[in-house]
Amino acid sequence: MSFVLSVLVLGGLFVALAGALVIAERVLVNYGICQVDINAGGRTLEVEGGQSLLSALYGGKVFIPSACGGRGSCSYCKVTVLAGGGPMLPTETPYLTRREIRTGVRLACQVKVRGDVQLRIPEDLLNVKLFTAVVEATRNVTHDIKEIRLSLIDPAEMSQRAGQYVQVQAPSPDGPVFRAYSISSPEYEPREAELVVRLVPGGIGSTYLHGLTVGETVTFTGPFGEFRLNEDPAIEVVCVGGGCGMAPMRNIIYSLYRRWPERSCWLFFGCRTIQDIFYLQEYEDLARRHPNFRIVYALSDPIAPGEQWHGETGFIHLAVDKHLEPGVDRRAFLCGPPPMIEAVTHVLEAKGLRAGDIFYDKF
Amino acid sequence: MNETHVLIIVVAVIFTNNILLSNFLGMCSFLACSRQIDTAVGLGSAVTFVMTFTTALNYLIYRHLLLPGGLEHLTFIVFIAVIAGFTQFVEMFVERFTPKLYYALGIFLPLIAVNCAILGAALFMVIRNYTFVQSVGFGFGGGAGWALAIILMAGLRRKMGYSNVPRPFQGVAITMVVTGVMALAFMGFAGMVSIQ
Repeated sequence: MSFVLSVLVLGGLFVALAGALVIAERVLVNYGICQVDINAGGRTLEVEGGQSLLSALYGGKVFIPSACGGRGSCSYCKVTVLAGGGPMLPTETPYLTRREIRTGVRLACQVKVRGDVQLRIPEDLLNVKLFTAVVEATRNVTHDIKEIRLSLIDPAEMSQRAGQYVQVQAPSPDGPVFRAYSISSPEYEPREAELVVRLVPGGIGSTYLHGLTVGETVTFTGPFGEFRLNEDPAIEVVCVGGGCGMAPMRNIIYSLYRRWPERSCWLFFGCRTIQDIFYLQEYEDLARRHPNFRIVYALSDPIAPGEQWHGETGFIHLAVDKHLEPGVDRRAFLCGPPPMIEAVTHVLEAKGLRAGDIFYDKF
Repeated sequence: MNETHVLIIVVAVIFTNNILLSNFLGMCSFLACSRQIDTAVGLGSAVTFVMTFTTALNYLIYRHLLLPGGLEHLTFIVFIAVIAGFTQFVEMFVERFTPKLYYALGIFLPLIAVNCAILGAALFMVIRNYTFVQSVGFGFGGGAGWALAIILMAGLRRKMGYSNVPRPFQGVAITMVVTGVMALAFMGFAGMVSIQ
């Protein structure tokens, strides 16, 4: 008899506790519908309070960049919160500079929407959409770099600028995450998005993309990126990159020559061995049609016996130093590992470029 | 029926029978959250809040449900369930009204549920036959004593930041040594009041 009573009392107590907690949650954690005002009236969203600002924005189809899926580890989701963000959290401060903190920059994935919020984000981001695409073709261009061509389904067209990137949704053990990849297809092909991806061992995005087969569906947001090709055809464009830094540069070169067939452009591409070279043939064909397009490939590893190489050797910044005349009016686009970017920036500054003339991708 | 005056109980459980320094209950969150004074104050307040209310709640459930029903064997499990439920409530409260503290405490806020000091206080209340008023006082005093200990430790750890702690002792080791010394110091209060 005592067993029955024990079970009843215990069960009753647990139900009472659970009920009290549910009521408390309704009362305490209920924030109601909140207004998110973006760019002083540019866009207004009505969102359910209690979620992170990042998920509220995504729910309202405003796709700000985010690589880690809201876990506070990538710092891509910076937005300027003018009001309603609550106190700055210790999970955000490691990623923000003092000036950013002063001007109200926050990580959207860490800000909880508890009331009306006022935000400021770059206008460009309001044009970012969620795309569904299908894999049209894949091609291995080197032993670890793959070219993946996606055909857009919905929306069917993407208006992008050369140098921009997309964030591809890839599966991970903790749920879907986004990884950034530059668009290598040119601006004049709005129905396609081509990516050039190097397989990084253990990398979530590259493993997913390398495993895709023709016909599979891919989801991505974009286009992101502030790079703008200078509109003055007299200004020379210099592209310097390594490895899969080729992707944005391919877009820039093809887009540029469609618009200005006579424009002067240099491509400096650095890699380690002959096996890492790709697109050289295509570019040489392009150079035959556009004589002001100059190509320099540099191999940093010593040439193996029996191999034939007629291009440059050594690191790419040395090739840049060797080939560029100082004092020419030019803009530079760099894409590669941080030490390369630093070295090339020094060389370019010695040739007369200012910091504002050099653009580099930070991923 | 325990005859001790509630104020004596409160003073005793803070000083002479400090639940952390005399009974060594609640050590893990004490060691983990005693690095910053702000966090220590925050956690100390949360533990005091939980301890006061759960001791009172547990008294009511014990006296009016378990004892009359002959269900003393359910004491442990019921106490733990009440403490866990209440901690959940405190978590929601802290998250809503003081989000900074919520993130500063991190995992240690829900870990209050398994803080043995809280279960210890409830069980002492049973063993020593406290009345309702005594239970509330005991819970409050226990929490206050725990908070006192953790805030003192936070202050001491800040000072220790400027000392030359030998490598093998850095971190938890020196903290435990200092806790022992603090316990010795609190023994100096012995004889002031007594509850046992």
